[in-house]
Formats: sequence, structure tokens, C-alpha cells
Amino acid sequence: MRIALFLAIIVFAGTGGEMFVSRAMKRIGEVHDFSPWSLLRVMAGAFSSGTMWTGIALMTLSFFALLALLSWRNVSFVVPATALNYALGALGGRYLLGERVSRMRWLGVALVCLGVVFVCIG
Amino acid sequence: MDLARRMHGKTLVFLVLMVTFGPLGDVLLSRGMKRIGAVSSFSPGTLFFTFSRVFSSLAIWLGIGSLFLFFISYLLVLSWADYSYIQPVSALGYGVVALLGYFFLHDAVTMWRWLGVLTICVGVFLVGQTPHSTTTPV
Repeated sequence: MRIALFLAIIVFAGTGGEMFVSRAMKRIGEVHDFSPWSLLRVMAGAFSSGTMWTGIALMTLSFFALLALLSWRNVSFVVPATALNYALGALGGRYLLGERVSRMRWLGVALVCLGVVFVCIG
Repeated sequence: MDLARRMHGKTLVFLVLMVTFGPLGDVLLSRGMKRIGAVSSFSPGTLFFTFSRVFSSLAIWLGIGSLFLFFISYLLVLSWADYSYIQPVSALGYGVVALLGYFFLHDAVTMWRWLGVLTICVGVFLVGQTPHSTTTPV
């Protein structure tokens, strides 16, 4: 039960956090100017948003849950299980961020999940 | 060059930066920490000594710098590209870690791991065939 709970925290908080970060950056808008001063302004804008900090907080929670789970279970169990992040990322992108996830993208995401599992059991 | 092609080129540049600096940072941190050795005691004196060694290591600082560049690239690319595009493509980092581990740290890379890297590459290739941005700015 504890393992399942922490795994859920890793996957949901990790992917959720990345989606919040993505949303915060979309609000900033597409970056065109890559001069140091302009990048500094973009970053200052990004980090003054609550959405960005919510994302970072969720990613931090996911990281500590990963550390805790790694102290109870072998890395060869924990890391392949986190490949679920990719499936959840595509679902979140589709239903929460309103992105168009085509059949081709789904197939690619499924292969990436499978590949991550292979890498981690290797 | 039209807008779509220019955006595609820009996305590609930042993805290359991400899958280079992310894994490079991990490998440099790993190399730096292995040189320092396992933390044998958690007494304040030992921890202070370990931290002073960690932060005087060039590999650790290069690792932190690489991960910083990775994070900035990740944030910038998300300002225009889909999260559901960037997230799976960034899994190419697993392949880069395997290659860096094999060539620089002389790690043994098993058949399963190479098969995984190949599967990820095919998956990323398929994701790469889809448009990298399908939404309008928020």
C-alpha cells in the first residue's frame, strides 16, 4: 500500500509539476530573443509566477518520494515504474493542456515507455 | 525560411541542448561523487569535510553548470513546444547516458539496455514526425 502510494506521488506529482511548468512558460509566450539580458527578463517573468512555483514544488515532492521509494525498493523496480510518467504526460498534454496528441504520437510515447523499461531492467 | 521551419529548427537546437547537457550533468556529478568516495559518517565534521571536497571539485561544478543549462533549455523550449512532444523526445537522454557511460565511465552496457535505447529512438522518431506545437499561446 505504502509502495503504491509513493509510486502514485512520484508519477502524478512529477508529471503534474512538469505540466504546471509548461503552462507557466506558455503564459510567457514563445521566446524569440536569446540575448542574455532578454533571457534574464524571461526567467524573471517565469519565476514570478505562482504556476511555476507550484510546478517546482510538485517536482520537488516527486523527487523526495522517489528517494524514499528507492530506500525501500530496488532501483530496477522503481525507475521502470516511473516510465508511466510518459503515458501520463501524453494524457495530461491532451486533456489538461489541450494539445493534439495524434495516433502517431501515442505510438511513439508507448515505444518510449517500453524502451525506458528495457533500459532500466538492463 | 517560413515560420514553421524556423520554429522546427529552433526546437531541434534546444532539444539537442537538453539531451546533451542533462545526461552530461548526471555523468559529471556521478564522476565527481565517485572520486570523493562514499560518505562514511554523518557527523558534522565529516559532512563539512565532504561538502568542502564536493564544492572544490571541478567535475561537480561542471555537472551543476550542465544541469543548469539543461533546465534553462527545457524552460525555453516549453515556451512554444507541446509538453507531450518534449517529454518523450527528452527520453533520448537515456541513450546519451548509455553512450557516455560506455565511452567515458567504461560502464558495462547490457543487451537489454541497448535494446531499450533503440526502442526509445524509434519512439522518439515517431513523436518527431508529429507537429511540435499544436496549441495557441495561453
